[in-house]
Amino acid sequence: MAVLQVKNWTNRRSYQKRNLWAGILFGLGFVAFLDETVFHQLLHWHKFYDKSTVAVGLVSDGLFHAFSWFATVGGLYLVADLRRRHALWHKMFWGGKLLGGGAFQLYDGTIQHKVMRIHQIRYHVDIVPYDIVWNVTAILMIAAGLLLIKSAQRNARSAERLMPHAT
Amino acid sequence: MPHDSYISATDWLFGMLALLAIVFYGGAVFHSNRQSRLRKWPRKRIVLWIAGVLASASAVVGPLAELSHDFFTWHMLGHLLLGMIGPLLLALAAPMTLLLRTLPVRQARMVSSLLRSRLAGFYTHPVTASILNIGGLWLLYTTGLFAAMHHHLWLHVLIHMHVFVAGYLFTISLLYTDPVSRRYSYRFRTVVFIAALAGHGILSKFLYAYPPAGVPIEEARTGAMLMYYGGDAVDLVLIILLFRSWYHSAKRQQTHIPSTSDGHVYMNETTQNAPAG
Repeated sequence: MAVLQVKNWTNRRSYQKRNLWAGILFGLGFVAFLDETVFHQLLHWHKFYDKSTVAVGLVSDGLFHAFSWFATVGGLYLVADLRRRHALWHKMFWGGKLLGGGAFQLYDGTIQHKVMRIHQIRYHVDIVPYDIVWNVTAILMIAAGLLLIKSAQRNARSAERLMPHAT
Repeated sequence: MPHDSYISATDWLFGMLALLAIVFYGGAVFHSNRQSRLRKWPRKRIVLWIAGVLASASAVVGPLAELSHDFFTWHMLGHLLLGMIGPLLLALAAPMTLLLRTLPVRQARMVSSLLRSRLAGFYTHPVTASILNIGGLWLLYTTGLFAAMHHHLWLHVLIHMHVFVAGYLFTISLLYTDPVSRRYSYRFRTVVFIAALAGHGILSKFLYAYPPAGVPIEEARTGAMLMYYGGDAVDLVLIILLFRSWYHSAKRQQTHIPSTSDGHVYMNETTQNAPAG
């Protein structure tokens, strides 16, 4: 039994980066998807195009929009790949998800909304509370993601210590 | 503008091309299926081919062609059908593979060396195909070309042919359903593909803000949004197909995937014994 257990940690360790990247990509794609679905389509808070958009904002928005489709689908295929290798590491994956999702949300909420002015979170309201909630959520997600990643790495190290014959 | 004669001329031309495409494909399937050494050509591909021809043709023949002549939104729907959905369906029908298995060996060799030629390699390079496809659209909508297209029959035919061919090249440069001169890595294709999709999305929003000359603002806006979201929908299918083929090829390349028979055992073991993680 111990041998089998070690095997799984070996798989996880050797696919550590892939677990992390699957999470980062899927998290980024998922947040972008939620942004499109909830804020553009359901609530109609975000605008398709805002006249005050600077040119580079259009480019940034287009690139991130295209990338987010790839990230969502690619992230999920990476998960499928990790599963068939018996190397899916939920804690690392979740850490990556929160980190990727939070990082995108922070970029969207600061650079894209405020600097490039591609659109605001909502119109005809006092925008400050919205901006604060948006960006604080993003920072919390990043922090939680980093903590999970650290903790996953600690788990892996202690698993290795428990099994000195590993590798 | 000689409107009606104009429509009927393109109806006739594109209609004939579509009909020929179906007849030739059907003939090739029929012919090659009679050869006992070959597997039967999959029915699915026949359906895909017919659907692809109909999708492409519907943009340039009949009522949609007429509407898109006058209304930008319909024009955009036609663009999605002719430049994206149609080519995708056609590429999935693997026409080159069918051609190669139908032709006698000598001619098949000639075709295959043509497919491997430098010229074919140039046009099916992901970057070339993306520039032809997305760059062509930028030229069409941001210069006087779009307005000129409505006044010159030859320009109309040429542009629609270009949209279709570029869409097809773009599709086959990303998804290798047919033999290609050179296979590029998934990573490279993904990077080029992202840039191309971004170019498409940016152009959509650009058109929303700055409509082509002569297009009313409201029409431009619905058209631009149709281009943006319709493009997204088709691209999602392309992306899934691209990654699905990565998923299958990654399995073949990597040898150290634990076999599923014992894999099942230690999956269960770990859930009970491994440290939380």
